[in-house]
Amino acid sequence: MFDNVWLIPLFPLIGFLINGLFGKKIKNEAIIGGIGTLMIFLSFLVSCGILMQMIGLPPEQRVFEKVVFPWIHSGHFKADMAFLVDPLSVVMIMVVTGVGSLIHLYSIGYMHGEEGFYRFFAYLNLFCMSMLLLVLGSNMLVMFIGWEGVGLCSYLLIGYYFHKKSAGDAAKKAFVMNRVGDFGFLIGLFTLYWWLGSNHNIWTVNFMEIKAASHLLPYGGVVTVATLCFFLGATGKSAQIPLFTWLPDAMEGPTPVSALIHAATMVTAGVYMIGRMSFVFIKSPDTMMVIAVVGAATAIFAATIGTAQNDIKRVLAYSTVSQLGYMFLAMGVGAFSAGIFHLMTHAFFKACLFLGSGSVIHSMHHALHKIHSHDDAQDMRNMGGLRKAMPITFITFLVSTIAISGIPGFSGFFSKDEILWQSFSNPYHGNLNIVLWGIGAAAACLTAFYMFRLVFMTFFGECRINPGAKNHLHESPLVITIPLMVLGALAAFGGYLGMPKLMGLLPNYFEHWLDPVFELSTEYGSTYAQHGEHLSHGLEWGLMGLSVLIAIIGIGIAFTMYVQNTKLPGKFVATFPALHRAVYNKWYVDELYDYLFVNPCKAFGQFLWKGFDVLIVDGVVNGVANTVMGFSGIFRYLQSGYIYNYAFSMALGVVVMLGYFIFK
Amino acid sequence: MENLNSYLIVSAVLFSIGTIGVLTRKNAIVIFMCIELMLNAVNLTFVAFSRYLGNFDGQVFVFFIMTVAAAEAAVGLALFIAFFNNKDSIDVTDANLMKW
Amino acid sequence: METLFFLIITFVAIISAILVVTCKNPINSALSLIMTFFCLATYYVMLDAPFMAAVQVMVYAGAIMVLMVFTIMLLNIRVDASKKHSHKVVFSLIIGFFTFVNLAYVLFKSRVAVATGPYSADMIKQVGHTELIGKEMFTNFLLPFEITSILLLVAIVGAVILAKKKI
Repeated sequence: MFDNVWLIPLFPLIGFLINGLFGKKIKNEAIIGGIGTLMIFLSFLVSCGILMQMIGLPPEQRVFEKVVFPWIHSGHFKADMAFLVDPLSVVMIMVVTGVGSLIHLYSIGYMHGEEGFYRFFAYLNLFCMSMLLLVLGSNMLVMFIGWEGVGLCSYLLIGYYFHKKSAGDAAKKAFVMNRVGDFGFLIGLFTLYWWLGSNHNIWTVNFMEIKAASHLLPYGGVVTVATLCFFLGATGKSAQIPLFTWLPDAMEGPTPVSALIHAATMVTAGVYMIGRMSFVFIKSPDTMMVIAVVGAATAIFAATIGTAQNDIKRVLAYSTVSQLGYMFLAMGVGAFSAGIFHLMTHAFFKACLFLGSGSVIHSMHHALHKIHSHDDAQDMRNMGGLRKAMPITFITFLVSTIAISGIPGFSGFFSKDEILWQSFSNPYHGNLNIVLWGIGAAAACLTAFYMFRLVFMTFFGECRINPGAKNHLHESPLVITIPLMVLGALAAFGGYLGMPKLMGLLPNYFEHWLDPVFELSTEYGSTYAQHGEHLSHGLEWGLMGLSVLIAIIGIGIAFTMYVQNTKLPGKFVATFPALHRAVYNKWYVDELYDYLFVNPCKAFGQFLWKGFDVLIVDGVVNGVANTVMGFSGIFRYLQSGYIYNYAFSMALGVVVMLGYFIFK
Repeated sequence: MENLNSYLIVSAVLFSIGTIGVLTRKNAIVIFMCIELMLNAVNLTFVAFSRYLGNFDGQVFVFFIMTVAAAEAAVGLALFIAFFNNKDSIDVTDANLMKW
Repeated sequence: METLFFLIITFVAIISAILVVTCKNPINSALSLIMTFFCLATYYVMLDAPFMAAVQVMVYAGAIMVLMVFTIMLLNIRVDASKKHSHKVVFSLIIGFFTFVNLAYVLFKSRVAVATGPYSADMIKQVGHTELIGKEMFTNFLLPFEITSILLLVAIVGAVILAKKKI
């Protein structure tokens, strides 16, 4: 089965080619959607086969590299089109193909009747292929292809409604910000390649070879430089401070895209990349600290913004940024498997939340369309009381919300609690640990608050929707609700894979599964870890209880403000208008970036255009042309175009040359 | 029997006159005739040298030159007729499509 | 006697050659050219090459010039009407003069002291010029001779194609 790993990216590629090349001719939505879904589902089946085989193997043998074909062999440099199958990449392909198949299925219903239906599925398949290349690539170049490919697909899909200016702008913003990150990724790659090559004559970009040579890398120094560059790439792709502003804007794309690309898979690429190269990252304590701090800061920062947004998808977008911050926090405190675990559970519940919001928007849109109302179908102020009209959507949404809030028994609790515990107890950051934990816990409170605010505003209370449209509200079709139910079940129960040892009910399957991947990193980390006194189980239980309590407080506040006493939010805004304005406007980060980067760039561009290009470049070009024209004006008389003139010059030349050779 | 140089001088004179004709005339057929004149001047040189060297290679060469001249005449005159059909003239000044 | 004859022939040849270049009417040029060809044929006879003389008259004067005169008449060109450029004539004369100087110098310098080949005047008289040329042509120069036929074939095809109404 391992040998067939190349089939996994191949199927979506076939789907992309069929839909992309012939989709316009096929026209039939069922066939186009069927092909797209089937292809990714086939990949899912192959992934399942690989997972089954890997489970059957002892942990030491769970690494396999499949070279599909030699790609670049030039001097020292060697990069193959090769796939790496190990526990980490298997987790990723399971998530990508599993969630991907469900979202493809969902899209058939959601995108029904849209113009460019085939285009959507072609892009979606292309995205899946790129993402699978990214997670399966056995060297950094293959990973980079996927890295760029998902960026491209993200651009294409955000700009899916390209006739809307805001969508086009958002797509460009996402692309440009990702480019900044990609620049960092490349610099990091070059640094690592150059250092290993010139100092130890190991010229390689292959992960396994780098891992084998990682004991040669120093602690700090050049590794800090390289890993910070890699981390810059990760912040771009995974929407962390400072490159996070593109993700909320990316909600201009269709909702399934937000679910697949901007929640479940692509944005986690940065986390995956750090996990993949954990043995390099852990060698730089400084980078680890930067990652932890940035992750924690992003988690709380995005969470605050999420509390004041009214667009249902934007709340989810900031929630995604915040949850990604948790993942980076986990990476930064050396809890790699916890980070990957949160990545997985987050993929389940956030995909479910996005699809649920898509279901709501879908039905709102249809209802408003029926009565020709121009109300915003995504604005939560226009919703309310939808639980009766859409029971399945409501239940799955509620389950996922509980999961993300960290209520015990649901998947988000296990992963989030693991991260919080690790950020408290990890041996790397000394006194910073308590701060990291505090921020994480505060963000958890905010998460519970804004998520339940979302649920209460959308599904509870009285219906604020236009009365005429109310009767047109109805539950979405099965093709939409089935993915919701599957994802809802995963959001509820997926966490038992990684139940903390503390609870003792189940072994932590997930951590054991990833152990072989992160063993080496832990070993490197232990050389500079400061082991304090052993933290007791009681403390762990206590912190766990505290985080649950914090989450429940958040839910309680939301319940009070948005169900019991709905006048409270208005009063709150009236009391702290400046604070509300700042939060509502996302702390003015976009404006700040405009002021700091965009406008200077524009001014510089203006200068280059008006000053440099028009005057100097055009001047030189035109000057050269004019000079040539002036000379040719003289010399063109030589080229009269008359035959006898050419005969004349020829005869003259013959005579002169003959004379020279005779009489010299 | 005249010596070799007399023939060569005559040949040079004829060749030069042919060159002048090619350069001065505009009528394509006359130019063509001047070229024939030049060819004949060369022929004379060949025959004269051949005779004085006692070697027939030169005369055989003259034979080939005549063949070429015949072929040239056939094709060349056909070209002139085609040109005349298009331009209603046989002047080389009218062959000016190459003019910028 | 022979020298006088040579001088007369030379005089006629050069005069008619000049006429070829200067005559305004192409027909006159053509007729002068025929005269030149006859003079050259005479030279060939004087050089013990009667076969070449015969070929000269037949091919040049007989075939090529007839073709030319036909063409001139077919196109109905009377007078070279285009006005001459005086500076061009002057330049051409200069070039012609230098051509002559170059050629004369080269030809004078190439001294031929002894006959190296086997064909003497007596032998030509004895065996016959035509036979000797024929032997030479069909033994040493057989391949070029055969290739000539291809050249002529190409010329025929080319002439036929060019003579079509629409090229």
